[in-house]
Amino acid sequence: MSTTTLARDMRTRFYAELDPVLGDHPHAVLVLAVIGSGYLPAPAARRPDQVIDVGIREQALVGVAGGLALAGRRPVVHTFAPFLVERAYEQVKLDLGHQDVGALLVSAGASYDVSSGGRTHQAPADVALMSALPGWTVHVPGHADEVSEVLRREAGGTGRVYVRLSSQHNAAPHPVDGRLHLVRDGGADAPLVVAVGPMLDTVLAATADLPVRVAWTATPHPLDATGLRALAGPAPALAVVEPYLEGTSARAVAAALTDRPSRVLHVGVPVEGAELRRYGTPREHAAAHGLDAAGIRRRIAELLT
Amino acid sequence: MTTTTTPPARVPEAVRALVRRVTGDEKHDPSAHSTLDTLWVLYDQVLRVDPHDPDHPDRDRFLLSKGHGPASTYAVLAAKGYFPADWLDDVASWDSRLGHHPDRTLVPGIEIGSGSLGHGLPLAVGMALGLRDRSPARVVVLVGDAELDEGSNAEAIAVAGRFGLGNLTCVVVDNHSDNLGWPGGIASRFALEGWDPAEVRTHDHPRLAAALRRTVADRPTVVVVDTSAKEATA
Repeated sequence: MSTTTLARDMRTRFYAELDPVLGDHPHAVLVLAVIGSGYLPAPAARRPDQVIDVGIREQALVGVAGGLALAGRRPVVHTFAPFLVERAYEQVKLDLGHQDVGALLVSAGASYDVSSGGRTHQAPADVALMSALPGWTVHVPGHADEVSEVLRREAGGTGRVYVRLSSQHNAAPHPVDGRLHLVRDGGADAPLVVAVGPMLDTVLAATADLPVRVAWTATPHPLDATGLRALAGPAPALAVVEPYLEGTSARAVAAALTDRPSRVLHVGVPVEGAELRRYGTPREHAAAHGLDAAGIRRRIAELLT
Repeated sequence: MTTTTTPPARVPEAVRALVRRVTGDEKHDPSAHSTLDTLWVLYDQVLRVDPHDPDHPDRDRFLLSKGHGPASTYAVLAAKGYFPADWLDDVASWDSRLGHHPDRTLVPGIEIGSGSLGHGLPLAVGMALGLRDRSPARVVVLVGDAELDEGSNAEAIAVAGRFGLGNLTCVVVDNHSDNLGWPGGIASRFALEGWDPAEVRTHDHPRLAAALRRTVADRPTVVVVDTSAKEATA
């Protein structure tokens, strides 16, 4: 496993925040299935009532979280994305959603972060899957400070929230307020490129010399439809660049723009690309999926022709 | 084997009549009827619950994991006054709050929405963990012997045992419907994982009540209720 690439990223920040966050929110309970336990000797020892490791049992991970929520607690549930979202998907659907209770799910290992681990440790469809269930908010932070912001806010909340930590990140943080933010202007007529979460810096580099505007959000679901409509203009040419399954936001974008003629390009991890059958680095995987600056530039250039 | 037989207590005819209002007069849904004794004893003698205050934070929680055949649960809840008995007359219709699988958001006294097997016990474990040291409430979850096939139960049985959840009781209604069987018996499987087991016959209400009341401070309890024992000992 590629621990070196994970060492100073959002995941490290998440673990570092847990002790103060659990202290601030006595109803919060961290629920683990081994992953992460090794990083938490202090909170686990100091707060046995607030840290539960169920072992390598992901169905129990989410089922127990549902029971905790039914008992009035605030579960913070964490493991790698494939095991949190895909392995326990029916538990997410029934033990949280159908019971009408909330939880804060925090995944690590976004898309191809664990490139050297292969397909078993990759779940680029996670945001699409979570967005297919009622009542969820999906945050895709682009910076460790954004992780802190979301965690501190949501640990005391009651909603169903999925937070997707990644080892890919931007140089600077932006507000995780659910809104679409215009990061680089270029005139109201210029095509709009929406970058989600950690794609921002790559998109800015890819489009540095292109006549486009760049907007950013850390919250692809629910998408800021009002903000998108305002920025897109009456006849939008639009690209959405997401670090996960290509087209994940297509439904939300289409719904926001039904009243106007629009050209929309979706850039992300292609469905077939999920079985790349290569190891290597996240950078190599980004290039293979066309999600490095050169690949994104090529795709957006299509939109400009 | 016991020889001092007192007439076994019966589920009152009025409650049985309520079950028939759900299932229809002549139908005998075995899934519903196999749980009726246990449910009646729980609500009549064991659980500390108040139908007039169904959301009290310290109420005992009863979770029907085996969401198939909820007729007996609906009947017992109606008998105890959680909702009007006429709710039983149009189950699973568009305007009914009662479906073939119960929804906790629609029915007073229903603690979990269930139907898909293997969800109640993990939820019960989470509830017991969440209530432990914060409430005197017990968590009692009812599963079926065939439902134990679902691997999620194996995960939950291990977790509950390891965490020593003295506020958790699992009732296994054993109607011998599991296709592949449980060599060594169901109770021994829980016992191996650190649960305190009891085995009772479904029609022996005094023993059933005693088994369901029993808790052990440092470990969860399991009560395996054999619904075929009446025939076996006849």
